Amino acid sequence: MALDNDLVKRYKEKFGPAILESWTDRKQAILVVARELLGEIALYSRDDEKFDWLSDLTAVDWPKREKRFDIVLNMYSFEKNERLRLKAHATADERVPSVQGIWSTANWMEREVYDMFGVIFEGHPDLKRILLPDEWQGHPLRKDYDILTQDTAWVRENLGIESGQ
Amino acid sequence: MPDERIPFATHADQTVLGADEIILNMGPQHPSTHGVLRVKLRLDGEKVIGSECVIGYLHRGVEKIAEHRTYTQFAPYVDRMDYVAAVSNGLGYCEAVEKLLGAEAPPRARVIRTILTEMQRIASHLFWLGTHALDIGALTPLFYCLREREEILKIFEKYCGARLTTHAFRIGGLQYEAYDELEKDVERFCTPFDKRVDEYESLLTENRIWVGRTKGVGILTAKEAIDYGASGPVLRASGVKWDIRKAMPYAAYDQYKFEIPTGKNGDTYDRYIVRMEEMRQSRLICLQAIENIPAGPIMGKVGKVLKPPPGEVYHSIEAPKGELGYYIISDGTTQPYRVRIRPPSLINLEAFDKMIRGHLVADVVAIIGTLDIVLGEVDR
Repeated sequence: MALDNDLVKRYKEKFGPAILESWTDRKQAILVVARELLGEIALYSRDDEKFDWLSDLTAVDWPKREKRFDIVLNMYSFEKNERLRLKAHATADERVPSVQGIWSTANWMEREVYDMFGVIFEGHPDLKRILLPDEWQGHPLRKDYDILTQDTAWVRENLGIESGQ
Repeated sequence: MPDERIPFATHADQTVLGADEIILNMGPQHPSTHGVLRVKLRLDGEKVIGSECVIGYLHRGVEKIAEHRTYTQFAPYVDRMDYVAAVSNGLGYCEAVEKLLGAEAPPRARVIRTILTEMQRIASHLFWLGTHALDIGALTPLFYCLREREEILKIFEKYCGARLTTHAFRIGGLQYEAYDELEKDVERFCTPFDKRVDEYESLLTENRIWVGRTKGVGILTAKEAIDYGASGPVLRASGVKWDIRKAMPYAAYDQYKFEIPTGKNGDTYDRYIVRMEEMRQSRLICLQAIENIPAGPIMGKVGKVLKPPPGEVYHSIEAPKGELGYYIISDGTTQPYRVRIRPPSLINLEAFDKMIRGHLVADVVAIIGTLDIVLGEVDR
C-alpha cells in the first residue's frame, strides 16, 4: 500500500530509490530501505527527523525468500511522540552496516542479532556472541535451526544413550 | 594509564595490563549481582577503569520457544522473564496479541489490569529498594519492604492463586473475575502506604551514609541516557520526562491522574528518589481505580483458537524497569512466526560500563542495584 504520509514523502525526496517500500500499520510508518544506506538513513532519522531513541533492533528470518533476513529497527521520537520502523533485507552472506556509532545501545542489540541469526554487522567494534557460550554451534533463531539437534547431541555425548525425543 | 574511552572489551589485547592494573572477576555467583550476572572489572587500585558484563547464564531461549507454541500457550512463559514483575510482562504480551487480533479487552478487564499492574509496580520497586539498600549496607529497609510486598503478593494469591509467576491475564481480558473483597484489600494496602514510604525515606533520604554512597555515583546525563536507550526510572532520573503510560496510554491509564517524577542529576540518588515517588503515584492510581470499577464482562470477543491475520505489531508498556516491548509477527497460523521481546533490564544494563568508569569497586554494587536488573529478563 502506497502511503502519502508527509514523513514518508520527505524520506522519498531525500533518498529516492533507496526507499524500497513503505506502508503504514496502525498509524505507524514502516520503511524498507536499501541495506547499503541503512546507516545514512538511520543517521538522518536521528538528527533531522528527531527519531532520537532506538528502542529496539532485531531480525526476522524468512528462509524461503531470496534475501532471508529482515533487520528491523524500531525508533521513537520524544519530540513527536511517534514511532518509526526501518527494515533492511540481507542474505546470509551480506554484511549489514552497523548503527552502533549512531546509538550506543545498538552495540548489544547487534551482538544479539549476530548471536541468534548469524548476521554480520559491518563496523561493529566487538561483534561476538552475547547470550550463548562462545563455543555454541549455529544460530538458534534461524528457522532451519532444529531445537532437538542440540538436545539429542548432548544426551548422546553425556549420557551415552539415544534421546527419546 | 590506558585510554579510558577504549571499551574494555575491544581493547586490542586484553592480557596487556599496566603495572598497577588487575582484572577482577565478579560473579556469576555473587550476592549483589541479583542473579547470575558476571562482571569483569579492570582495576587500577580501587578504581574501575573498564568493565565488561558477561550475560546469558539464565538464557532459556524464550523467543525460540514462542515459535513452537500457540499464542495462548506462550503466555505463561513471559511471566518467567521479569519474575519479580510477572503481571506487567503478562499485560504487555496480552495487549500486543490483542492489537494483532484487532480485539480489545472490555473496560472492566482494563481497570482490573491497571490495578494489578500498579500493585505489581509497587511490589517490584519495594523489592528493588530492599535489596539495593541491603547492597549498600542498610539492612533495615529490607524487612519493611518485604513486609509490604508480602501484602501485595497475598492479594495476587487471592486473585489468581499464584504469588510470583501469576499468569493473571488472558488474551482478550481476564481469566478470573475479581474476588469480592479485591477493592477492600487494595484499599487496605494503599491507604496507609504513603506513610510507609515516608518511613523508608526517613531511614535513607537524609542518611549520611546513604547520601554519601549514592550522590554523584553512576551519573548518566539525559543525552547519554537516550544514546544508551535507557528507559523507565533510569531515563527519568536523568531528567527526561517520558512515561509510556502518559505518552501512549494503554490499559486504563488515560482515566487517571498521576505525575511523572523526574530527577536532575541522573545519579544513583536521583534514581532512588524517582522510584520512591513512583510508588506514591502508583498508590494514587490504585486508589482512583478502585473507586469505580465498571461492571460488565471480563473477556472480550476473541475466539477459542487464536489466529491473528498476517501482520506485525510492536507494542510496549511501561514495566517497572522501563519500556517492555513485544514485536510479534503473525503468518496467519495459530503460532507466532516471531516474537521479539525488548527487555528493559538488558538495555539499561548496557549503560553500566559508562556509569562505572572512574568509580570505586564498592560502587559496582551500588550501580548494579540502581539499574534494577532482573537476570531472568536480561537473558530471557
